[in-house]
Amino acid sequence: MLFASRSFCCHGIRTYQLRTYLLSRSIKHSASATMAFRHKNTRRIEGLDSNVWVEFTKVAADPSIVNLGQGLPDISPPSYVKEELAKVAAVDRLNQYTRGFGHPSLVKALSQVYERVCGRKIDPLTDILVTVGAYGSLFSTIQALIEEGDEVIIIEPFYDCYEPMVRMAGAKPVFIPLRCKNDGNSASSADWVLDPAELASKFNSKTKAIILNTPHNPIGKVFTQEELQVIADLCIKHDTLCISDEVYEWLVYKGNKHIKIATLPGMWERTVTIGSAGKTYSVTGWKLGWSIGPENLIKHLQVVHQNTLYTCPTPLQEALAQAFCTDYKRMDDPDCYFYSLSRELEGKRDRMARLLKEAGLKPVVPDGGYFMIVDVSTLNVDLSNVDEKQPYDYKFVKWMIASKKLSAIPLSAFCGPETKKQFEKYIRFCFIKKDSTLDAAEVILKNWNKQ
Amino acid sequence: FLSLPLQAKMSRLVQARRLEGIDKNVWVEFVKLAATYSKVNLGQGFPDFPAPDFLREAFTRALGGENHMLHQYTRAFGHPPLVKVLAQFFGKLLGQDLDPMNNVMVTVGAYQALFCCFQAFVDEGDEVIIIEPFFDCYESMVKMAGGTPVFVPLRLKAPKDGKLMSSADWQLDTAELASKFSKRTKAIVLNSPNNPLGKVFSRGELELIADLCVKNDVLCISDEVYEWLVYDGKEHIRIASLPGMWDRTVIIGSAGKTFSATGWKVGWTLGPDRLLQHLRTVHQNSVYHCATIAQEAVAQGFQRELMLYGKPDSYFVQLPRQLQQKRDCLVRSLEAVGMKPIIPQGTYFLVADISEFKSDVPDVPSSDEPYDYRFAKWMIKNKGLAAIPLSAFFSEAHKNNYTNFIRFCFAKEDATLKAANDILQKWKKEKTS
Repeated sequence: MLFASRSFCCHGIRTYQLRTYLLSRSIKHSASATMAFRHKNTRRIEGLDSNVWVEFTKVAADPSIVNLGQGLPDISPPSYVKEELAKVAAVDRLNQYTRGFGHPSLVKALSQVYERVCGRKIDPLTDILVTVGAYGSLFSTIQALIEEGDEVIIIEPFYDCYEPMVRMAGAKPVFIPLRCKNDGNSASSADWVLDPAELASKFNSKTKAIILNTPHNPIGKVFTQEELQVIADLCIKHDTLCISDEVYEWLVYKGNKHIKIATLPGMWERTVTIGSAGKTYSVTGWKLGWSIGPENLIKHLQVVHQNTLYTCPTPLQEALAQAFCTDYKRMDDPDCYFYSLSRELEGKRDRMARLLKEAGLKPVVPDGGYFMIVDVSTLNVDLSNVDEKQPYDYKFVKWMIASKKLSAIPLSAFCGPETKKQFEKYIRFCFIKKDSTLDAAEVILKNWNKQ
Repeated sequence: FLSLPLQAKMSRLVQARRLEGIDKNVWVEFVKLAATYSKVNLGQGFPDFPAPDFLREAFTRALGGENHMLHQYTRAFGHPPLVKVLAQFFGKLLGQDLDPMNNVMVTVGAYQALFCCFQAFVDEGDEVIIIEPFFDCYESMVKMAGGTPVFVPLRLKAPKDGKLMSSADWQLDTAELASKFSKRTKAIVLNSPNNPLGKVFSRGELELIADLCVKNDVLCISDEVYEWLVYDGKEHIRIASLPGMWDRTVIIGSAGKTFSATGWKVGWTLGPDRLLQHLRTVHQNSVYHCATIAQEAVAQGFQRELMLYGKPDSYFVQLPRQLQQKRDCLVRSLEAVGMKPIIPQGTYFLVADISEFKSDVPDVPSSDEPYDYRFAKWMIKNKGLAAIPLSAFFSEAHKNNYTNFIRFCFAKEDATLKAANDILQKWKKEKTS
């Protein structure tokens, strides 16, 4: 047994540290020779280490590449939102801990906005949990309510974290794909639908929850009243929970309406609805989200929260509360950011779609959200010589980044193993980008066929 | 509004089994009580003085700059400027060459760092040694991960005659500690400086723990959030710098405690890549990114401290100096009225024996609430002074071992400490008149 030498007194701490460092390195050598390192990962995270974002955000970090991949705005958040945060920095108290389940002024503001939207009373203290982004809400909900032996229905394509989070909770994901109505010729996100009989077949006595995402990432589908009713009927029949990811709730384009499944009869008591400040106010870096639902479900999310990170940052919550107060007051006014942002994005959506068509690609025009999927098979880019086992869309995106300096995300990143073939001809573009970014994309797309 | 009185009829429990036994939380109860009744809050651990100017200025600068992309996602495992300066700063202190991308991960406070550690390394059936008294979340997080907490107490040795008790008088029994290690032991949680006692583990004590970790091939989760808050010339020693320990230790730190900004919720983990890789997996499947702007400001705070390290202007020199004075002020107040303080060697907490005041709160033997809980609640409601009962920091089995102690937080403005003194003086007068 080696003990650290005590004869450092004369030379001080630095010498001691150097000697310890050298000692520990020599121990490392002998230790690794004699015992295998047994400290591997726990079962719950087995196989969950890889991640599409780690791969593609690294690639797209090159500033010469026009980045339409990861879903983050490069437009500025509204100035009043930034100003609220600047104001908050001056208030001492707001640099210290706040209420664990959500800063009082924020949960109050959220309850006001959502009471109006949902048409029901929402208690700010018992019916709301503030989390670190919608991501944190998904995690808290799944950890609170899902466990080994449960099945969770996930609609494909899906925001990629649903599957690993369900697996980390020990449960089994059961996939059901959105299918294109018009035999592969899709001009709109509305063409992508669930087959009701197929959906019904996925429910059984083990089904604990279904995860719904509307408006949908990546397709941009806005589920209609009828489609939600089909899902609701099955939830009620099988006594299943609904985890409703509605982060893009304000981003719906003309002719479409965002409907909250929790407002359908019989659904409030079994639904957790998730929202996001990042998507609402174009501040993804604030990482604030919320879960709203009945006390008998939210209380379990709160238990998870108090055992995971306990409280969210105070200054950001206060600034967000003020921003919500501002927009709550003008919810009857078209200038309310909830509506003005979607108007701004609709123009970008239309421009993006036009440019893609002109380049010979087939975009699926989304009814909501800020993503657009594109069928690239029409270009017939032969990548069979690319010696990788990756799906076609992964290879296409890498080729596009290298040769066209334009990035996107491959759609098969959003699918379960069975459906990769179905979706590997699609890639996803993000269009919540400033004009100069879209201008640069335009140049690339206009010159596409000239190479 | 519509009102739907229907309750979901779930034929089985709606919540997951992992939540069993972890729903109660002392803070939820005591924070509410303090908010309702207290005039002077020495309960929950946060400063009531401002965060340092240079930190708040860094935040404001970040906001005022041209770069509005600070409002968007940054690198998931830590904002590059922050992980770079943390690697530099702690690399020097640990005598290790730290790679910012692989040896550092930023978390939502030290709390989330702890969560990642337990989720990454504790499987059902694994045992985790926790030294009592302990920051309460260690036990519930181990349980949530399906692990079994194994407790080993610090025992209070009687101080020399006439001397006040010190946190140094709380010690582990060597043989007892060794007996807690079994084939199923996955990790030991070390918290030095220790919350609630303020104990700063000595080199000898750390060597004892390190030897057992190496012998038993056990991980060490080292919660060092109060690393800068050490008094009377005492040294905070990092167990990861002891022989054989770097490879098996995850060090946890906190900007909230380092820079007196608990509400920013920025923490970090440091360690070898082969341990941190698993923390990254948990992190990317639970919160993924931490807020960008606070990380940017904390990075600038550390840049300043890197330049001023060891100099009189360093916040890490000034803060402990100020807090030591506040500690001594509170010690005097408590001594003067007959509450017996245990002088903390570190942290901003102080535990005191309230036996002299027990007559105000009669014991109720049949009550299943530990005496100090009842005392602390009575004190908040009737005297307006908030503190936390020490048994909150003990396991269920040992809650009644020390029922006459409460924990005070002294990271408070002088005016707050004076107001606490006034309450205590008045209380004492009422008792003697």
